[in-house]
Amino acid sequence: MSSIVYSNKFLIWSKKNLFSSWINTLLTVLSIYFIYEVSVFFLDWAVFKADFLTNFRGERIIDRTFCSKNIEPGSYGACWAIIHVRFYQFMYGFYPAAEVWRVNLVFFLLPFALVAIFFDKVPFRKYLLYFTLAFPFIAFYLLYGGPSLTTVGTNKWGGLLVTLFLGVTGIALAFPLSIALALGRRSNMPIISLLCVIFIEFIRGVPLITLLFTANVMLPLFLPDGVSPDNLLRALVAVTLFQSAYMAEAIRGGLQAIPRGQIEAARSMGLTYWQSTRKIVLPQALRISIPPIVNTSIGLFKDTSLVLIIGLFDLLGIGRAALADMTWTKLYYEVYVFVAIVFFIFCFAMSRYSLYLEKKLKTDNSS
Amino acid sequence: MQNNFLRKLIFDEKIRSIVIQTLVIGFFALLVYSISQTTAYNLEKRGIGTGFEFLGMSAGYDISFSLIDFTSKDTHLRAYYVGVLNTLLVSICGIFLATILGFLVGIIRLSSNWLFRNIAYVYVEFTRNVPVLLQIILWYSILIHLPKIKKAIQFFEYFYLSNRGLYSPAPIFKEGFSVVTWSFILAIIFSFFLRKFLKNKQNQTGKQFPIFSIMSAIIIFTPVVFFYIMGMPLEFEHPILKGFNFKGGMVIRPEFAGMLLGLSIYTAAFISETVRSGIIAVSKGQREASQALGLKSSLVMRLIVIPQALRVIIPPLTSQYLNLTKNSSLGIAIGYSDLVHGFGGISLNQTGKAIEIMLIVMVTYLIMSLTISVLMNFYNRMVQFKGNA
Repeated sequence: MSSIVYSNKFLIWSKKNLFSSWINTLLTVLSIYFIYEVSVFFLDWAVFKADFLTNFRGERIIDRTFCSKNIEPGSYGACWAIIHVRFYQFMYGFYPAAEVWRVNLVFFLLPFALVAIFFDKVPFRKYLLYFTLAFPFIAFYLLYGGPSLTTVGTNKWGGLLVTLFLGVTGIALAFPLSIALALGRRSNMPIISLLCVIFIEFIRGVPLITLLFTANVMLPLFLPDGVSPDNLLRALVAVTLFQSAYMAEAIRGGLQAIPRGQIEAARSMGLTYWQSTRKIVLPQALRISIPPIVNTSIGLFKDTSLVLIIGLFDLLGIGRAALADMTWTKLYYEVYVFVAIVFFIFCFAMSRYSLYLEKKLKTDNSS
Repeated sequence: MQNNFLRKLIFDEKIRSIVIQTLVIGFFALLVYSISQTTAYNLEKRGIGTGFEFLGMSAGYDISFSLIDFTSKDTHLRAYYVGVLNTLLVSICGIFLATILGFLVGIIRLSSNWLFRNIAYVYVEFTRNVPVLLQIILWYSILIHLPKIKKAIQFFEYFYLSNRGLYSPAPIFKEGFSVVTWSFILAIIFSFFLRKFLKNKQNQTGKQFPIFSIMSAIIIFTPVVFFYIMGMPLEFEHPILKGFNFKGGMVIRPEFAGMLLGLSIYTAAFISETVRSGIIAVSKGQREASQALGLKSSLVMRLIVIPQALRVIIPPLTSQYLNLTKNSSLGIAIGYSDLVHGFGGISLNQTGKAIEIMLIVMVTYLIMSLTISVLMNFYNRMVQFKGNA
């Protein structure tokens, strides 16, 4: 009996959502056909007809001439061996293998540093927040080296390490800067507000690539003789300034949502500007502006791929370098699809988190 | 007295704000001064002069794709114009395509068909969570791995698709075609006046006219009639394979097509989201009320839903247009000769005038952004509530 009810439910659902009219039925049939064709093609390419470590003869693939599609005419499966061979570079770039445990340790510790920021119901949150504050120093010490650890220059960094480094550090550094900019833009002091407006609108009006070029070419000119920041640092400066302008606008949206009466009430209670800002305005404004902040952060994380144009080897840069290697050239789709999937995982997770926050904010406010 | 002054300095809000702002100005002046001093010193040491004279010097490099004539003997200034035109070309085409695709996908995402709308959802999630640079590079690699010229895919008889681009017949406008163009423009202007007149008539008498059909008939048929009157002043030049390449016809290069596909497919995903949320934002009651009044569903959409949805859609749409224009600077990754690639890249390397060139490039982008903002704000004001809201 229950199974009949269930199947009825399914029938009712499909009648309503798939076959409500003849146009809908036609669309459903076309959609099924489309999904079937695309998924068969993609799965064949990526899985069923693809080579992983060995080709169809069972030989281990050591360069592209061993790929099935280069041996057997008519075969078109992917040749994932290039990802396997280059996996180390995709993750760490040219980081020395003997020291790679340091990067792995940072990758391992990163979630612990982030979890206390992302969720407020975490056990030992207070202690984790201390760890979050200490993490940048620990990470820098581990990655770059220092006392009792050999120095690994940033020119050896690459792949996911660079992508995550630019993304996470850029966002973290931009956060305090953007709060200052947002407050400055709403300040009563005309000169400060003007300076902030000019900075924000200038940065938002030009493409990131011009900022990267500027930082790359002009930073050495601006600084005293002998001070020459390395390439990764130059990119980091550009990325941070870029992100701070966009984040400032997100925070300004939050600031605007705070009713003016709250600020006036705080001031009339005798709180100074800084006290009312820190205790009344910012806690509420930041809460509202976290979802748009996460959205701009997704944008920045994707935009870190632009650093390949100024010669850094981020995830996509390593991919292009792999394709430039004569023994593996022409495996474009494998490399780009792999890089796309890695980016997708990070960005999709962030966008889900932003949705979760928005829902949470709504329920928090209504209760 | 002194104590009183200090007290004022800290506690009097007006005086304090003046002091703080003076300090900030002083700090910035000092910063700018010291940076310009070091920069001047650094430039002198490297033997790089300053100034904009280089704009008049010959560029010494070729640009593969240009809307105006350009040879390596032309000046850097002309290279700048070429770059600006190419950037504008890909941005405008991209905005056009992205808007159409975005609105289409946004409406599909609201379809009552579960499968159909979820295909659109998968498209949106996949494209907007992958860097646009990667998508541009991916499209470009697909395009340059099409069959070689000799094995070009032929379709519609005179169209050829190969790894050097899409070759198509080129229109040749003969004498008298300008009459057709003018008749087309005049027909558009006339039909708008007619629309105003008929609307007024409708307001006064209550009689309805098929305004849209009349307008489209005028706009389509006037140029067609003039086309035949002038003796069909239009011919097509077909591309013909000669040796290793096609002669004649028009060609869309893979660099341009890659940029266009990457930019518009990426931006369309974002536009579709704003369209979707804009349509959702129109309350259900409005739709139900207009249906209760007996309006057809197409009229409900045209008269009730879309005008209100546009108010919500336009501001985020503007920022998507700005993003697309800024992202068009990624042409350098696949060799599309836009502003950043040609003038900002090769000219910079040849002359070494980093400061001047980056300044010009940035100001150009600022002007483009500003223009788009102004135009869209103007349009936004047109669609906002009129009268008392």
